Amino acid sequence: MNEFLQIFTLALLGTTIRISIPYILAALGATVSELGGVVNIGLEGLILIGAFCSVLGNHLTGNPWLGVLCAVAGGMLFAELHAVVCIKFRANQIISGLALNIMAVGVTKFFLKYFFHSSSNSGRISGLPRWDIPFLSGVPVLGDIVSNPLILITLLLIFAVFYTVYKTPFGLRLRAVGENPEAADTLGVNVYKMRYAGVLISGALAALGGVWLAYDQHQFTDGMSGGRGYIALTAMIFGKWNPLLAALASLFFGFAEAIQIQLQTIGVDLPVQFIQMIPYVLTIVVLAGSFSKSTAPSADGVPYEKQ
Amino acid sequence: MTMKLSKTSKGFLINIGVTLAAILASFIVGAFFILLVGVNPLSVYWKLFEGIVLNPYGLAQTLFKATPLIMTGLAIALGFKANIFNIGAEGQMVVGGFVCAWLGFTFSGLPAFFLVPLCILGAFLGGVLWAAVPAILKVRTGAHEVITTIMMNFIALALTNYLVTYFFHLPETVHTQLTSQAAFLPRLDQYISAFKGSPANVTLFLAVALCAAFWWLIWKTPYGYETRAIGLNPSAAETGGINIRRNILLTFLISGGLSGLAATNFIMGYKHYFEEGFSQGVGFMGIAVALVGQNNPFGIIFAALLFGALSHGTLVINALVPKDIIQILQALVIFFVISANLLIKKYTAKLNEDRS
Amino acid sequence: METTETFAIELSGVTKRFGGIYANKDASLKVRKGEIHALVGENGAGKSTLMKILYGMYRPDAGEIKVNGRAVTLKSPKDAIDLRIGMVHQYFMLVKTLTVAENVVLGEEPVKNGFSMDYAGAREETRRLIEKFNLLLDPDALVSNLSVGEEQRLEILKILYRKADILILDEPTAVLTPQEIKYFFDIIRKLSSEGKTVVLITHKLKEVLALSGSVTVMRQGATVARVETAGATESSLAQLMVGRPVVFQVERAPRTKEELEKSDTALSVRELKAMSAKGHAALNGLSLEIKKGEIFGIAGVEGNGQSELIEILTGLKRPVSGSVVMLGKDIDFSRNSPRRMFDSGIAHIPEDRHKKGLVLDYSVAENLILGRHREPAFSTMTAIDFKSVAAFSAKAAGDYGIYPPRTDLRAGALSGGNQQKIVVARELSREPRLLIVSQPTRGVDVGAIEFIHKKIIETRDLGCAVLLISAELSEILSLSDRVGVIYRGQLAGVFGAGEVGEEQLGLLMMGGKA
Repeated sequence: MNEFLQIFTLALLGTTIRISIPYILAALGATVSELGGVVNIGLEGLILIGAFCSVLGNHLTGNPWLGVLCAVAGGMLFAELHAVVCIKFRANQIISGLALNIMAVGVTKFFLKYFFHSSSNSGRISGLPRWDIPFLSGVPVLGDIVSNPLILITLLLIFAVFYTVYKTPFGLRLRAVGENPEAADTLGVNVYKMRYAGVLISGALAALGGVWLAYDQHQFTDGMSGGRGYIALTAMIFGKWNPLLAALASLFFGFAEAIQIQLQTIGVDLPVQFIQMIPYVLTIVVLAGSFSKSTAPSADGVPYEKQ
Repeated sequence: MTMKLSKTSKGFLINIGVTLAAILASFIVGAFFILLVGVNPLSVYWKLFEGIVLNPYGLAQTLFKATPLIMTGLAIALGFKANIFNIGAEGQMVVGGFVCAWLGFTFSGLPAFFLVPLCILGAFLGGVLWAAVPAILKVRTGAHEVITTIMMNFIALALTNYLVTYFFHLPETVHTQLTSQAAFLPRLDQYISAFKGSPANVTLFLAVALCAAFWWLIWKTPYGYETRAIGLNPSAAETGGINIRRNILLTFLISGGLSGLAATNFIMGYKHYFEEGFSQGVGFMGIAVALVGQNNPFGIIFAALLFGALSHGTLVINALVPKDIIQILQALVIFFVISANLLIKKYTAKLNEDRS
Repeated sequence: METTETFAIELSGVTKRFGGIYANKDASLKVRKGEIHALVGENGAGKSTLMKILYGMYRPDAGEIKVNGRAVTLKSPKDAIDLRIGMVHQYFMLVKTLTVAENVVLGEEPVKNGFSMDYAGAREETRRLIEKFNLLLDPDALVSNLSVGEEQRLEILKILYRKADILILDEPTAVLTPQEIKYFFDIIRKLSSEGKTVVLITHKLKEVLALSGSVTVMRQGATVARVETAGATESSLAQLMVGRPVVFQVERAPRTKEELEKSDTALSVRELKAMSAKGHAALNGLSLEIKKGEIFGIAGVEGNGQSELIEILTGLKRPVSGSVVMLGKDIDFSRNSPRRMFDSGIAHIPEDRHKKGLVLDYSVAENLILGRHREPAFSTMTAIDFKSVAAFSAKAAGDYGIYPPRTDLRAGALSGGNQQKIVVARELSREPRLLIVSQPTRGVDVGAIEFIHKKIIETRDLGCAVLLISAELSEILSLSDRVGVIYRGQLAGVFGAGEVGEEQLGLLMMGGKA
């Protein structure tokens, strides 16, 4: 009995981490992009692109690390599209993000058929080699998960993003550009450059989230992002546009899903639909409350026009 | 007076010209994708043209696909007039569809004379209900509708999925039972034999009638005047005595209702049951339709036909090239059209400058 | 003498067009090193544009810019900063969510270990500059908590951090209280004594005479004169600004005390208390009474409760306590709305026509019925009667001299004066019994000012009560039958026409005793 409980908790922790990683990465991306003043609803598509590019890169080169590189490049390329449309052409950022999502679905399926001759999934690929962590890697259930290099990379990225945003000149400029671009502009800060940077970083981060999904399942499947980009968006709002809090919110949403899965394995049938609703209902509650109002960057979603 | 006409018509022409150029550009970029997989883009595009424009069945399919797009396009365009960004059309349509189907199989004893209007009204009110949450939140607490409507979309999907899975699905299927025959709306192929086999149905006329109503509402009524004023300068509208909260609430609810109506095409005109995923992204595509149609009812009809044709086009070209090229084309059209808006603004400004 | 002297700034032949309109036309400016130079002109004379060109924010269509005797091209503010030019904009350019020190170093951050912000260094340098120039700021304070005066000092601090030798200040005193203005003058003199060159954009001639060494006067985009302040007077400068002798008097017969006593009360405000949008106490028990056929002027520094008073009277805001009796009716605030107020016989000319008065993308005709569009003359429930709208607007455009007289044009395409005429025409054609007017002639050319003043007096003569709020003392004094001074949400004194002068009003506005 005692043993059962132990495995249960470890498995729960493991599942929580597994589910949360893509949320965390995409939520970090969303935060960076929006702090710079560009709303990125295209995360969903960027995750998908990341997943596909990693599989394709892995498939073509046989090297999983090159697959990761391909994903980051692909994510940034598509983010660049969003950036050009939103920053250079000052188009509506929401619509551009939605178009990006449509584009991502189309492009991945298009090339899925071309490269893998299937409309549903790619061939099987290998994952990343284990990075054994002393002590932890030996723990049953959990060990396999924490030995995935992407876990360590994600952990590092959480702190790297936090540090960059709050402790470096780049971060100061990024936040200034999202809050009052005109003020930053008059001080010689290149608003466009900063915003491009924010969007491109978000593309790279969301794509890494996609890598996690693909490598976890050892293949690409059609539409595998499955709404995770939107959950990431809610995590960002929940985290009040703070990278650390956004990561925590992602963990929380992952935890809720993990509980539902664990309950199902022990035979308790909680309607999955209600677990799925949690992040969305919570986000509406948070938005309806007054405390979140002032936390979004003031110029978030507002195109900047240089005089 | 002639000055005015030539100026507005010139602005109008610029608008149409740039939009058409943007659409053309998307097809050119799309051609590169086709070339990438080693197929001749011209043959693909010719096939599209042949299968849609030169083929009565293709035409009918286009009308069928365009019907709900017109309605969600109108829904989103109406919101835009008051500066409301209703991304929730998808969820509103799903709830509208559920209510519509539920009424159809629950009140199966009613004659068509009562059941048809009841189901249509149900679709409308389902959409209204689903728009009510973000609408009230926007007016009461200022919660931004973009996020709340996206959330409501997911909640709608999860909720209807729950209802169908746990209560309403027909055994061995993932959809509900059929509605009463009385709620079936006639297909167009009953009148036009060339449309044989296409589910295009009379909800098309409802869509067109809604376009006319939209035009009249926005440009002729005091309500429309107020709505446009709010969209352009809410502060001046409020100072001028317009009740902006009431108007925004009302506009948001009507927008939701229009999205709900979009479900009638599938539920009452085609399959006669509710199933998950029946909306097929029509709510989201409505944003593109409103955009390409420049929030103008006639533009919306044109844009809905374009996107409807493309949507049917997947079947036409499937043998030549992965059909997903269509989705790429749709996304490209959106990207190009929203980017082209800047050019339209620049040209129109220049036009004003030259004449003033 | 002057030809051999090197100037800190020399602009010549500067031309800049926006759309088809010249903002600057062959404008020039010469400023000696280390002096305080005033750049004066009416609203829209092109002062700000010229300075934004000097600061690299606009590229001129033609003209030459010399800084310290060297011809330069400025592509962006960055170039100006590199030339040690700094600018404080009329509307502050601050990042509210950052601290004072962060705002100061933004764009030129001190760095440690290659990539991190040196926060300690930033704070220290900020503190050093604050002390050196006596700017009284806390480096760690969040900008969102600063007062307007502090924000302005922060703007100056930002410039000093960038080691600017040339400081451009755009209408720096417009938002300051009198005490802050005095302190601000001290800072400017201090800067000058440290060898900084200061260009002061203003339209307040008293400040010019008090601070500057020389003056450049602009009119309609062009430079019309450059004079030494020592030889100038307020009226000589005013004449240069306007281009003709200025008559500050409007023809009218002020109401006598006896007339007013006989007249009925149109508006009675009792002990009104209200909060500002930011949550500060804005009105602290304000009371006033206006008679029919009277213009009651309220003078005061902006931000002393004027906006809140107007918002309450026009149904946009609810007071915390107090009562308003308007045209014989006790206002029920719980059910109040602009619509009800208009229906009960008021009209409102708001302070900011772009923000509150007009829908710039609507046609002149559509704007002329804004707020009146539900009147039976213009619409039924289901349709607007565009024929009657056209007839009404054509007549209004004629009566009020709206130019060009084409009511199908976008309102945004008209000049400021004509836009204001649209608002005035709309509101006065309601035939109000109480008219609430705020800053009716701000940013309006001289011809339109005279016209609008005449219309306001005509309205009074028809028996309408007028509440006039203006930052221009001369406007208040020349139009009002009685004048009240608002200070910290209360009336600090009420005077009959001719009983009080600008000096005395100025003193009361600053919280002094008359």
